[in-house]
Amino acid sequence: MTNDILTQLTQVLQTGDATAVSDLTKLAIDQSIGTKIILDDGLIAGMNIVGERFKKHEIFLPDLLFSAKAFYAGLEHLKPLLLKEKIASPGKVVIGTVQGDQHDIGKNLVGIMLEGAGFEVVDLGKDVSPEQFVDAAVETNADVIGMSALLTTTMPVMKKVIDLATERKIKDQFKYIVGGAPLSDKFAKEIGADAYCFDTVSAVECVKGFVKGK
Amino acid sequence: MRPKLKFLDDELIHKITNEAYELLENVGIEIHNKSVISLLTDHGAKLSSDGKRVFLSHDLIQKALDSTPSSFKLYDTNGNETADLGGYNVHYTPGSCAIYFLDSESDEPRHAKTSDYLRYAKLMRKMEYIATQSTAFITNDVAEQISDSYRLYLSLLHCEKPIVTGAFTDNGFEVMKNLQLAVRGSAEALASKPVSVFSACPTAPLKWSDISSQNVVDCANAGIPVEFVAMPLTGFVAPITLTGTLVQHTVETLSGLVISQLTKPGAPVLWGGSPAVFDIRYETTPMGDIGTMMIDCGYNEIGKHFKIPTQAYIGLSDAKHLDAQAGFETSMGATLAALAGINNISGAGMLDFENLFSLEKLVLDNQICGMTHRMLKGIEPKEDFPSKSLFEELISEGHLLIADHTRKHIHDEIHFPSAVIDRANRSRYREEGGVTLKQRARKEIEQHIAEEMDECLTPEIRKELENIMLTEAKKNGMDSLPKII
Ligand code: B1M
Repeated sequence: MTNDILTQLTQVLQTGDATAVSDLTKLAIDQSIGTKIILDDGLIAGMNIVGERFKKHEIFLPDLLFSAKAFYAGLEHLKPLLLKEKIASPGKVVIGTVQGDQHDIGKNLVGIMLEGAGFEVVDLGKDVSPEQFVDAAVETNADVIGMSALLTTTMPVMKKVIDLATERKIKDQFKYIVGGAPLSDKFAKEIGADAYCFDTVSAVECVKGFVKGK
Repeated sequence: MRPKLKFLDDELIHKITNEAYELLENVGIEIHNKSVISLLTDHGAKLSSDGKRVFLSHDLIQKALDSTPSSFKLYDTNGNETADLGGYNVHYTPGSCAIYFLDSESDEPRHAKTSDYLRYAKLMRKMEYIATQSTAFITNDVAEQISDSYRLYLSLLHCEKPIVTGAFTDNGFEVMKNLQLAVRGSAEALASKPVSVFSACPTAPLKWSDISSQNVVDCANAGIPVEFVAMPLTGFVAPITLTGTLVQHTVETLSGLVISQLTKPGAPVLWGGSPAVFDIRYETTPMGDIGTMMIDCGYNEIGKHFKIPTQAYIGLSDAKHLDAQAGFETSMGATLAALAGINNISGAGMLDFENLFSLEKLVLDNQICGMTHRMLKGIEPKEDFPSKSLFEELISEGHLLIADHTRKHIHDEIHFPSAVIDRANRSRYREEGGVTLKQRARKEIEQHIAEEMDECLTPEIRKELENIMLTEAKKNGMDSLPKII
């Protein structure tokens, strides 16, 4: 029975049917299937399949967004229980486009994908200063700071964020991912970031790698 | 007859523009710049209760439209008229601002150096079908913070053609303005003979950022022409339909026009853009998509309806190398744009979603532009009626190779491309080494660059430009500017 409900949950998640996901999550809670099990083996397992299919170009962005919406419809029912049972989210990412840069389309997509993969995302928007990044990461107890830049003139701000964290002696509390068309692996290494991500899928994989075994 | 292309009938243009007026009046525009908001509200625009959205009435828009010039001219660094932007005139410009440069030897993208930019600028002097230059790519041998102004500095120093460019930041704008003032000598001279066009981009949907809206104001005040570059992306941050995207483009561009004209009535502008069909499969903004090109041509018709000169990022490709895709996407775009009468067509040399610049492609694209220029001259009768004597000559001689009629008209009727375009039969092609397009393009590049060319600008102006740039470089941690060899 437990398996049936969870399997159904992963299936309806893939079709993006928010009502069905919401109903099945409620049913799973009523059946006293553990909160963490519903989250991991139902909702996140379903989104992992969606993520894999997206990566293989079998489904496209809108399909993924439908599934992410459905995921949230289920998560809403689990949230109070997760809080009550003190179950930590799989990981928290503070994300933003750096100061002086208005390009937020890529960053928004990365945020959506991370949420879809079950991570908590604190989106600081665009034109975000180093102080705002670091303060928000501290305040929200984030695992990862994610920065986006599309302009060559704004790339140096990424280094300033990492330098500020170093200055405050909290650099190692977070992992740092960076993305955007002008960046590269080499640049990420030079500024002391942990990874350069060239698209949404690589961003999700990086964050997954960083919070594994947390 | 000049051949013309149209996608929209008058009824649809009216529907689109009326819808845009409705949206501007009732949904409004989000503006992130306090002084721009004040400028608009001082002229009667309404403000939302949260102070973020500005609503523009039809009257205010009409006032802006009434003061917008229907054409303007660009002048080279020596003050000679180069491009008349208006009516159905067509001028080409290279694509702008690439982050990477396609290495000739390895055929791989890399960061460009000052020496690459000098080759580009020199080459641009010889691209006879591309009227204006652009700050085509950035170099990474200077501090990132000055990467926008440094391109303009190099362009002004090494190629006389007027420049399509843009600032990345407020500070960038000041430096770039000062460089132009140094070339012209005074603010009045710069305003009366503009040497550049600056892009200013609204953010989809229906937004103007602090920096970009400030750019519009600063350009209007300095008399520097602006190209509005709205980028609605269909089905993503704009409606999926081409018509809906055109409505959004109209709203975003009209709002820029109002900011510019209220700042300074009569400020020169281009009704431009770089919209794209968003490819949901790859998360990219393809410039070579046919839908993208149709939107470009469509908004050009709306610009023409308002009697405003137009611009588009069209005639470029998303391919990563100089391959068949690069050729077909570029020529398709350049041909459609020319037929549509887009006044300033930006794209030559550009690959990979406006991210990668190639000199080989620039040389090929110059040929594409040349062919479209021929096409625009159309099919005109020239001593073709009556034709009896010409045919009698043909029959008696067996050919018209040396006929007076041929000698008189050969060069205005027939467009001969350069040797970049393969026209040899197979035997001759083999005999000449069987060289590929890329090799032919490279040969042409080297030939042009090896030519002796006069220095641009006087030594005094060159020195002044160098001083301005060096001051900026020093502010950003550099001791000196890269050596110009
Ligand atoms: C945290 O972890 C991560 C992980 C992965 C991450 C990540 C973060 N962030 C991104 N990724 C990665 O995953 C995403 C999904 O696959 C990807 O994100 P992308 O952002 O790459 O991809 C998006 C899904 C789609 N792509 C995009 O959205 C960017 C497309 C292009 C055409 C582009 C757009 C759309 C815009 N622009 Co601008 N713009 C260009 C762009 C050229 C290009 N093809 O990249 C670029 C970046 N722009 C440029 C310029 C010059 C400018 N733009 C400007 C403005 C704009 C718009 C506002 C009109 C608009 C942005 C709208 C918005 N809300 O974001 C101006 C900037 C003002 C400012 N201070 O920011 C202005 C300065 C133009 C001007 N003179 O006004 C050029 C930069 C040149 C340079 N050398 O730096 C440019 C390459 C185009 C060009 N050739 O001119 C990956 O990079």
